[in-house]
Amino acid sequence: METPIRSRETLSLTLFSLLFFICKSSPLHHLLISNAERRIDLSSHIVKVYLTLKIENAGSTPASEVLLAFPPAQVDHLATVEALATKGKRKKTTLVHLEVKPTELPDAPNDAKYFTIYLASPLNSGESTTLEVLYMLTHSLEPFPAEIAQSESQLVFYRDNALILLPYHVRQQTTFIKTPSNKVESFTRVEPTNRAGTEIKYGPYEDRPPYSFSPILVHFENNSPFAVVEELVREVEISHWGNLQVTEQYTLVHAGARHKGVFSRVDYQSRPSLNGVSSFRYLLARLPPRVHSVYYRDEIGNISSSHLRTDSRKSELEIEPRYPLFGGWKATFVIGYGLPLQDFLFESSNDKRYLNFTFGCPLLETVVDKLTFKVVLPEGSKDPSAVVPFPVEQHLETKYSYLDVVGRTVVVLEKKNVVPVHNTHFQVYYTFKPIFMLAEPMMLASAFFLFFVACVAYLHIDLSIRK
Amino acid sequence: MSNTAGSDLLKTFKLKTKQQELLIRVSILCLVYILAFITRLFSVLRYESMIHEFDPYFNYRTTLYLTQNGFYDFWNWFDSESWYPLGRIIGGTLYPGLMVTAALIYRLLHFLRFAVHIREVCVLTAPFFASNTTLVAYFFGKEIWDSGAGLVAAILIAVCPGYISRSVAGSYDNEGVAIFALLFTFYLFVKAVNTGSLAWGLASAFGYFYMVSAWGGYVFIINLIPLYVLVLLITGRYSMRLYVAYNCMYVLGMLLAMQIRFVGFQHVQSGEHMAAMGVFFLMQVFYFLDWVKHMLSDTKLFQAFLRITVTCAVAVGGVALGVGTVSGYISPWTGRFYSLLDPTYAKDHIPIIASVSEHQPTAWSSFMFDFHILLFLFPAGVYFCFKRLSDATMFIVMYGLTSLYFAGVMVRLILVATPAVCLISAIAVSATVKNLTVLLRSKNKVVQTGSTKGTSSAKASSKASLDQSQPFQKNGAMALLFGAFYLLSKYATHCTWVTSEAYSSPSIVLAARGAHGNRVIFDDYREAYFWLRQNTPPDAKVMSWWDYGYQITAMGNRTVIVDNNTWNNTHIATVGRAMSSYEDEAYEIMRSLDVDYVLVVFGGVTGYSSDDINKFLWMVRIGGGVFPVIKEPDYLVNGEYRVDKGAAPKMLNCLMYKLCYYRFGELVTEYGKPPGYDRARGVEIGNKDIKLEHLEEAFTTSNWIVRIYKVKPPNNRW
Repeated sequence: METPIRSRETLSLTLFSLLFFICKSSPLHHLLISNAERRIDLSSHIVKVYLTLKIENAGSTPASEVLLAFPPAQVDHLATVEALATKGKRKKTTLVHLEVKPTELPDAPNDAKYFTIYLASPLNSGESTTLEVLYMLTHSLEPFPAEIAQSESQLVFYRDNALILLPYHVRQQTTFIKTPSNKVESFTRVEPTNRAGTEIKYGPYEDRPPYSFSPILVHFENNSPFAVVEELVREVEISHWGNLQVTEQYTLVHAGARHKGVFSRVDYQSRPSLNGVSSFRYLLARLPPRVHSVYYRDEIGNISSSHLRTDSRKSELEIEPRYPLFGGWKATFVIGYGLPLQDFLFESSNDKRYLNFTFGCPLLETVVDKLTFKVVLPEGSKDPSAVVPFPVEQHLETKYSYLDVVGRTVVVLEKKNVVPVHNTHFQVYYTFKPIFMLAEPMMLASAFFLFFVACVAYLHIDLSIRK
Repeated sequence: MSNTAGSDLLKTFKLKTKQQELLIRVSILCLVYILAFITRLFSVLRYESMIHEFDPYFNYRTTLYLTQNGFYDFWNWFDSESWYPLGRIIGGTLYPGLMVTAALIYRLLHFLRFAVHIREVCVLTAPFFASNTTLVAYFFGKEIWDSGAGLVAAILIAVCPGYISRSVAGSYDNEGVAIFALLFTFYLFVKAVNTGSLAWGLASAFGYFYMVSAWGGYVFIINLIPLYVLVLLITGRYSMRLYVAYNCMYVLGMLLAMQIRFVGFQHVQSGEHMAAMGVFFLMQVFYFLDWVKHMLSDTKLFQAFLRITVTCAVAVGGVALGVGTVSGYISPWTGRFYSLLDPTYAKDHIPIIASVSEHQPTAWSSFMFDFHILLFLFPAGVYFCFKRLSDATMFIVMYGLTSLYFAGVMVRLILVATPAVCLISAIAVSATVKNLTVLLRSKNKVVQTGSTKGTSSAKASSKASLDQSQPFQKNGAMALLFGAFYLLSKYATHCTWVTSEAYSSPSIVLAARGAHGNRVIFDDYREAYFWLRQNTPPDAKVMSWWDYGYQITAMGNRTVIVDNNTWNNTHIATVGRAMSSYEDEAYEIMRSLDVDYVLVVFGGVTGYSSDDINKFLWMVRIGGGVFPVIKEPDYLVNGEYRVDKGAAPKMLNCLMYKLCYYRFGELVTEYGKPPGYDRARGVEIGNKDIKLEHLEEAFTTSNWIVRIYKVKPPNNRW
């Protein structure tokens, strides 16, 4: 096992250094990183990486863009990349969000993928600035052994680079890896490497060329719930009579090491600390405040185990699937609730209305592989448009609900690989004439009126016949 | 000012007596309609909008299939998920009336843009049809007695527990619509007999068709109506009206019923339907004789002719029946039919029928429970019917007496008797109350006339002198009236209590009172079925006792070996044999049936008594009925069934015992009792050291009610 890794390591190292010499002529190299620090948090199943880069412009022309590089395997699991710039002098620093966009470069070495950070103000030659980059990876912890019994705890692999993959020369860099517990089975050493408690430190490494790569493997215990929602469909239905009905359909799976062999209830009940440590029974959903008529059910009926706690700022719904979820076990369910409309629907200046709602998944610490967000606008609304702070796929649908004649316009937003960071607000704008609100009551009223008229007519005709 | 305006308004709205009566009648009927619906909603309010019990789950599953795939796919559906490896031809082995009705309601609601779920439609189908039944009961009562009796019948049947037991919300079973269809057919037939109209006869044929499509209980109609016609013939009440009604209803009804695949040619081929055909031919002979009598003036000649014709007709009929039976064209009576006529038949010959609790003979207490005061009003009603004998009252009396007999044979047939009992009791109530009020009113009138008119005529004074005893009568009438209202209000409270306490539990979700009086819910069934649905391979085969078959396929979405459609006794006996064998032998059987999972229901932790250990003797009996290796005495000790240390060794080591009590010996169920204390039977189990060789525990629900085991693949030989 060890030898092939070593050989691959050296091979890739040489490859990258070769590539570096080839790409030397590219326009990127006039930037250099004077100091880089990376902190990798492995305590849950979402890998969070905090990168602090101190960038110097060594070239002669001002630079306004900074590139980040990722190996192709990591890009598929990349849920979000955010960049922050520190502004101002000491103590009075403020953080500014910078725009980050995926970029294609023609001569990327080893299919590396790039993200471009657009600096707020161009970096003149000789100046330096500090960037904070946060990115998250999902499905990046590989359970090993892949199948465990009820009494075993879950061990996972994490693969990464001991050095920070950057298309720039890095003068000094350090990487810290935080594991959830002291139990670390093994980790690759790239000297200087040392481990203290729950932290493994790689580095500091001095003067590394661009695209330096040195694969590492950390094998450690992680019993945090690997709650993954394979598919989530959130539907928000707007009723201008004052209610917002939210329906969320979940396909939840435990994405950790698969459960093997028996499930013994007597062990699970009597020795909870030793049994099924990687399984989970509860999940917490954070819902907006003033939520009402909450329900929690699945295809075969109501699930009677859930608790709702509400206060003025938030509502917490503790849901318990029908059975504890062990590795590989699935559960599908639906959560629904109503919300007061005035908290979420506003009028914009140009005679339009907009819904302001959070994207993302209300369950804490979960990954959503595919999220479909449907905003059902009231019947008769026109010109829908959605404003979402990150790229999503959009299209329109039509839905028929109670007493609909022409159907309701549905704005469908789809996004893959959603993590809790995506719980930000987005807006859906549309125009709606309040007169349409009266259509359905009028229909009902006229139907009843006609019915009674028919009854009266029938009675009178009936009597006249008998006379 | 406003006062006068109000009185003017009242004057303009002042109705004639007839209109007032109509208004009262319609509003009472509307209220009864609503009452019949909402009294059946206890289960939805207590629990949730869900399908109850066992058979409704199959009906729900097929309805779902029907709405998703359309009628033709449903009609041609071969279900490979049940009766593995045999499968089941669904379209040809079920009564589709219920599913088609629910699907039509669903389509209609969606056409009207009511976006309801099919489950809600299924849950509320039975209450909706119960409401419709009250309307039919009103019209039926009106037809046989008067509109007062009709109203009382509607009220009585709206809340009668005997009917509610099968028609609460969620009880999505054939009976829910069948009782409506049954009563409707009878009503239309009586109407046809009363009017002699071809249109009503046609309507009753269609009513019969709907009944045939909905429930196997149509056999009751096709035997009761000929019986009724026969009685009318014998009592000399033969008329042209009867001839038209019966012939139209029988011929068209038979042809229509043949369109139901499950029934097919049974109307001409099965022994159970031969009575109707015999009466049909008898009717023709009667008509012919009538015609001949009309043509012949000579009485003597006619007598001779009559003798010859009747002898010939009977002989031809007898020979035809004999030849048909011998040649096998006419099938003999089925076991179920026999067990209705002879209550002890099933016990001796068909254990699978006898094992179902609702097929047991009815206890007196359950008559009282389901009918309450109707049980006393019924004979009174029969008395009134005989007092005012007509074709219609004769029908209701015959319906009442025969169905009451069947209700005595089988608990579930109380349902069939309920409409008749309600109608006859309604006649009793209505006639009594009417007589009493007439008495009260006439008395008042006499007094009034006496007081207002100073000079009374001689006639009036003589009447007054005749009515000397009337103060007593008046008081007596008042007392009786109050007594009647007291009884009826008692009936209403009893019905509500029974509905809420006894008949509104879905039996999928169990509820109990906790130590602090709080409500504890055991949702183990659904926990297990949902686990099966989500975490087993989609083609996994599950072996369980047949009771849970429908639920596993509907909620667990997995293939089962046997289910509640007990059409193949051998297959069920094989499962019974596997459950009552030692593990090695059972493993061979399970391997041959390709079983992946075994599901058992166990109430030892919660004290849930209708579990598999308590049903086990039936498995032994049914298994032993086909496979003589299984002998009931092996599982008993001195004729006693026990699971503790004194149990029979075969009992302690059979598969069912092992699967139920696996690792139960480590669990303390009740404070102060040794580990392995079975709360359902109140004993400490006899075998605490259970080792499984060929199976492994796959899942046990949180209260241990359902336990699922995985059948291991065979060991490698080297």
